[in-house]
Amino acid sequence: MKYTDVLIIGGGPAGLCAAISAAEAGCKVLLVDRNRSLGGQLVKQTHMFFGSEKQYASVRGIDISKILLNQIHDKENIEILNDTTILGIYEDGVITAESSGIYMKIKVKSTIVATGASEKTLAFPNNDLPGVYGAGAVQTLMNEHGIKPGKNVLMVGAGNIGLIVSYQLLQAGVKVAAIIDAAPNIGGYLVHASKVRRSGVPIYTRHTVKQAYGKDELKGATIHKLDENWNPIEGTEMDLDIDVMCIAVGLSPLCELLWQAGCEMKYMNELGGYVPLRNERMETSIPGIFVAGDVGGVEEASSAMVEGYLAGINAAQSIGHTVCNIEEKKKDLHDQLHALRSGPVGTKIREGITQLQTVLEAAASSSL
Amino acid sequence: MDDNAIVCRCSDLTVKDVRNLIAKGFTTFDELKRISRIGMGPCQGRTCAQLVLRELSIATGKQISELKPGTYRPPVKGIKLGAICECSTGGEVHD
Repeated sequence: MKYTDVLIIGGGPAGLCAAISAAEAGCKVLLVDRNRSLGGQLVKQTHMFFGSEKQYASVRGIDISKILLNQIHDKENIEILNDTTILGIYEDGVITAESSGIYMKIKVKSTIVATGASEKTLAFPNNDLPGVYGAGAVQTLMNEHGIKPGKNVLMVGAGNIGLIVSYQLLQAGVKVAAIIDAAPNIGGYLVHASKVRRSGVPIYTRHTVKQAYGKDELKGATIHKLDENWNPIEGTEMDLDIDVMCIAVGLSPLCELLWQAGCEMKYMNELGGYVPLRNERMETSIPGIFVAGDVGGVEEASSAMVEGYLAGINAAQSIGHTVCNIEEKKKDLHDQLHALRSGPVGTKIREGITQLQTVLEAAASSSL
Repeated sequence: MDDNAIVCRCSDLTVKDVRNLIAKGFTTFDELKRISRIGMGPCQGRTCAQLVLRELSIATGKQISELKPGTYRPPVKGIKLGAICECSTGGEVHD
């Protein structure tokens, strides 16, 4: 059995920041990630971030991960386990993991789940052809491994991921035939949309994939237009000669460990699917299990970092550790989150999260 | 949407397969899972659950928020029995 004060599951932006703040409060921290290196999705973000100065606005994602990793490596009380997947959280508090092929058990005082989210899929004929990818997967192929996915791409989804990956495909010398989205409006930031439009890529809203075709690999796709009730309009079919299709229709929180642990979950469309109830301290309905980042509701890396710091500080405090001016620090983090969520998109997220907190508080007070 | 679109890549189930099973009366995720192995492959529902819940929602008229995804149990991914045996038979990290 391996013992630690705080176990952090996932080494993306949320997990890294949680590790930093829990370690600063004096906790012994174990940071595990299923990949061979830390950084999560930050390592493939070659674009500069928005957000505010404290979350490294105008720094590229890949450089943010270097800054955070330097802070992690400076701390002697953080142990890192790469190539390690947490397999289960059991009723008696024992957590099991597979670490480079070895099965192990871990006993912790407090856990922060920062597992992130996975890409949603779409059902259309021939969606299993090689050449149909998640947009994030293509971004990993290109930016992390230096592999071009193909020659001509159809991007399905005009949210920020769809727009940014389209632009990065163009930068890599790959043609983007079109970006389509079933919604009547472009979901991502207009600054990203304008950039790809200026490069000559058409964006078709109210369009979806009718079918993909090809035998052993993707050879093309037919798209068609949708009416106001999301039904396809006959005669609007358009054939595209493409060899890659990227699906960028959103992310869903990776919360199977939270289900296993018995955390109260709630379906919140605006947060990407089922998410855990949690309080202001980022603690779920199961005492000692905290969340940070996309697993608690899909947002973006800047707020994931702030949630990570908050979860780390609160997990530390819950087991008797503290830092000076702890209440001021927490208030500052809450203010940062509030600022990051101040736009129209943020308002929806803030309302969703407030609802999760309210339900949990109501449940807590009724059990008194 | 064409019925032959794949919903479950792990066990090779199409939209048509899922709709037929729902029509037969398997109207919860767990029931579909037990009859078809959907959600029990390497993806453990990470790929298919959201598509299955959508089909269930359309067929039953219930909101997705009223439907439950399947029961989640450890382990979250495949692990070799040998590794578990090694753990149970001793060694420094094993107790």
